[in-house]
Amino acid sequence: MPTPTKGARLGGSPAHQRLILANLATQLFQHGRITTTEAKAKRLRPYAEKLITQGKRGDLHARRNAGKVIRDKGVLHILFTEIGPRFVNRNGGYTRITKINPRPGDNAPMAVIELCEPLAEQVVSEATAATKKAAKAPAKKAEPKVEAPAAEEAIVEETVVEAEEVAAEVVEAAGEEETPKA
Amino acid sequence: MAVPKRKSSRSNTRARRSQWKTTAATLASCERCRAPKLSHRACGNCGTYDKRQVLDV
Repeated sequence: MPTPTKGARLGGSPAHQRLILANLATQLFQHGRITTTEAKAKRLRPYAEKLITQGKRGDLHARRNAGKVIRDKGVLHILFTEIGPRFVNRNGGYTRITKINPRPGDNAPMAVIELCEPLAEQVVSEATAATKKAAKAPAKKAEPKVEAPAAEEAIVEETVVEAEEVAAEVVEAAGEEETPKA
Repeated sequence: MAVPKRKSSRSNTRARRSQWKTTAATLASCERCRAPKLSHRACGNCGTYDKRQVLDV
């Protein structure tokens, strides 16, 4: 007797479901982290992890098997050269699902699914985000200090904070301009 | 197939619907920023879950 698939059925037909899962897996390997609905993330996890196992195996047969699902050759290359070797010391549990707040509009439960070992490009983007935050940080630290002693001067503080935010935005813009050159 | 014999009155309809109630969500406070958040979900304010950055804020 065939064992039923765990989790929700996606799309309108088996073919649509196959396409949804294949596209989600491709996007996950491309970006390292994707935001989707909880049901799709739950279906994607075992599916993507089996593909990563193929990536760890690394031979031609495994590559052709994975190629049946990952139609994009560039992403297939990333899977076998970057993602596979990255998970050598891990036996399963390659992805992580974190639930996030429901989607505004239809209140669908959402989740972030990501590779436990981040991709190289992901690390770079996070580093740039961190530098942006560092630029913002002095402005943010200044806020509570000002607010704590005198609550009466709220109006004056707001103007100060706004000025600081503008300054932070200018710094951000400068940071964004710098990053493509580097 | 069984079908209603009479139109249900406005009064009955409204009396039935008066029992439709919502409940307030139980919220926990975020470990990082102390903002109220749903439990087992990443914080919508600072974007962290279990002190790990999940969302770009």
